[in-house]
Amino acid sequence: MASGVKPRVKVPKTAAAGEAITIKTLISHKMESGQRKDDDGNVIPRSIINRFTADFNGQNVIDVTLEPAISTNPYFQFEAIVPESGEFKFTWYDDDGDVYDTSKKIEVS
Amino acid sequence: MKLTRRNLLILSSAGVAATAMGSLPAFASLTDDAIAELTGGAALGEGAITLTAPEIAENGNTVPIEVSAPGAVAITLFADGNPVPNVATFTFGPLSASRSASTRIRLATTQNVVAIAKMEDGSFQKASANVKVTIGGCGG
Repeated sequence: MASGVKPRVKVPKTAAAGEAITIKTLISHKMESGQRKDDDGNVIPRSIINRFTADFNGQNVIDVTLEPAISTNPYFQFEAIVPESGEFKFTWYDDDGDVYDTSKKIEVS
Repeated sequence: MKLTRRNLLILSSAGVAATAMGSLPAFASLTDDAIAELTGGAALGEGAITLTAPEIAENGNTVPIEVSAPGAVAITLFADGNPVPNVATFTFGPLSASRSASTRIRLATTQNVVAIAKMEDGSFQKASANVKVTIGGCGG
């Protein structure tokens, strides 16, 4: 599943120093669980995103281990502290070895 | 234990109690095993962790779940009625604000969702919620 994977992230553009901000992330991925069968009764092999990380200026915010019980198009919402202006980096790791990433800048006033 | 009438009565009442918990015993033990593996058999406290889940989920494919545990290092989610009980593990880094996260999970059937938080002092906290699922989400 390397096609049609599109990460989407919502981060506020500005924040006050030390403020807790809410981040929402979504990535389009079918998250095939490995439990389903096709019309011929064969098991469809597992193909999921197994890890998601969010970092700010190289420091970790959250590191999530995903199992097949996470829904299609994995969605996460969490909170982060921003001590200074910088860049969030979001990374998703696919079972097939692909890595998807995106980043967002934030201004701290 | 000999199968006397008295023993049978004790056994059957225990069975009823297990059913009344609203979970599937076969899968529940898998979850207990997974929890024991995570905690190393440590005692589970309650109260410092909040698990928010809908009481009734119409579609088991996307059930919104929210966990929050101030002072937690990591939170692990389990679903005791799924073929594989593990759902996700959130590990919080130094820049995480409130130790909370929300996501959407798959539930195969009506079951308990269990959240185990590992706290900064090494202790564990547990919260669980029963979710009634109208349409299962494993596509079996």
